[in-house]
Amino acid sequence: MRLLDVRDYCKSFTIHHLQRAVPAFDGLNFTLDEGEFLLVRGPNGVGKSTLLRCLYRSYRPTGGQANYHSRHGWIDLAAAADVDMALLRQDEIGFVTQFLRPRPRVTALELVAEPLLAQGQTQDAAEAAAAAMLDVFGLKPELWSAYPTTFSGGEQQKVNLARALIRPRRLLLLDEPTASLDKPTRTALAARLGELKRAGVAMIGVLHHPEDVAGLVDQELALALPAGAPALPDVTELVENLDAHR
Amino acid sequence: MPVSSSPNGAARAQAVQPDMGIALQAPRLMPHAPILQVTGVEKSYGRIRALNAVDVIVYPGEILGIVGESGSGKSTLLRMLNLEELPDRGDYRLNVPGVRSDNLFELDRLPRRDIQIRHIGIVYQHPHLGLRMRNTSSGNVAERLIMTGERNFARLRAAASGALAASEFPLARMDDLPVRLSGGMQQRVQLAKAIALRPALLLLDEPTSGLDVSVQAAVLDTLKRLQRETRVTMILVSHDLGVIRTLADRVMVMRHGEVVEMGLTDQILEDPQAAYTQQLVHAKL
Repeated sequence: MRLLDVRDYCKSFTIHHLQRAVPAFDGLNFTLDEGEFLLVRGPNGVGKSTLLRCLYRSYRPTGGQANYHSRHGWIDLAAAADVDMALLRQDEIGFVTQFLRPRPRVTALELVAEPLLAQGQTQDAAEAAAAAMLDVFGLKPELWSAYPTTFSGGEQQKVNLARALIRPRRLLLLDEPTASLDKPTRTALAARLGELKRAGVAMIGVLHHPEDVAGLVDQELALALPAGAPALPDVTELVENLDAHR
Repeated sequence: MPVSSSPNGAARAQAVQPDMGIALQAPRLMPHAPILQVTGVEKSYGRIRALNAVDVIVYPGEILGIVGESGSGKSTLLRMLNLEELPDRGDYRLNVPGVRSDNLFELDRLPRRDIQIRHIGIVYQHPHLGLRMRNTSSGNVAERLIMTGERNFARLRAAASGALAASEFPLARMDDLPVRLSGGMQQRVQLAKAIALRPALLLLDEPTSGLDVSVQAAVLDTLKRLQRETRVTMILVSHDLGVIRTLADRVMVMRHGEVVEMGLTDQILEDPQAAYTQQLVHAKL
């Protein structure tokens, strides 16, 4: 079944104090079915993450449509009301990054259980599911009731993935989730994504290491710099490239 | 931040007409009617226009953040939503069982006061605005119930301790005077008073602004848990974008008494559309 139909999708940022518009991408077209994995490729700065953020509506797209087949019918994510987007984020569309936003005095278990509690699940059920999820990503049980603000980067990432993937979703947007994971966590993530895919979850992924999800990819979308863009990357981009290949 | 997501953006920037976002549609998936609907609020103090054509729509269980610098009208708006003060013009509907569907701004003083007590709770930045400092904390909370006619001492006591417990206030100190409490505890007493009658709407005016960072985090967590458990609708005024990011689902940006921009919290903070919002967000580290 078709889940997403994106047409003539555009984004440019208007920076008022420069009185400039900075184009990110222009005229994108693609479709996605249930259980499909779309890998977004392209050089740094081409708008891969921006595309994901537009679909999730952290950014406002500036043109085109992103028609999404929700449980309640088709809706254009580019123009849906904010409250409708909030509902879709709660029930259908997930966003996975590599960063956790821990809060002081909130335990790992509580952070991971929170999305389920927000959906109305009981404390016991949510915590049991959270424990199982933390186990999947290999966080040591003695850390479950500790505060992630004090965790190492790797431990925080395990909590982050558990929290991001605990709710059942129909569409997952993956923004470099494997960027700096250790090997076992990366393997656990790929296995979890595989399970979700078999259950019909559609995914759009931006990955520094596409080989992590090699067996899952059904289609690729190559983004290119718009015509007239400078051939040489600037310093920021060079630094990002160095980081990416370290 | 938009600029950094496009590293070579500066080089690629073109001097073109600003390309604004696509206009949004009316809600289609939201199964509930708005719980609060305010339209066309105008208020002037002499020649100063404090609020100009302000509309607010909030759905049940949402947390709406209102941001803006001092003098933007955000606190004035909150006082009007609390029916403490009336606008020169405007329409205010609360879609709550027991509230008539009239314009609340046009009700007589007594019915207005009754709606304020039963259906709206408020927490102020300064505890002395919300609390009687020379009455016990439990007495402050019980006062709300006394106002609705409850006279039974045991029931008042039980309700006060229930509300204080829900605000995560240490019950051993429920009979202390607020002046003897820390700032964080005073805010919890205000919160207990605000929720004692299980209002449909909870208004928060800079609720954690005077608190140090760790106490602030604890109070924000209490608010988050309360919202999850009771589904109370909240409107939160704050100049602190960190507080807004932690709590709010949607954000309304105000300046000079007008609404500049409205959007999902992450969108307002990461891809602000209006020139003023870009300034406001980028002024923050």
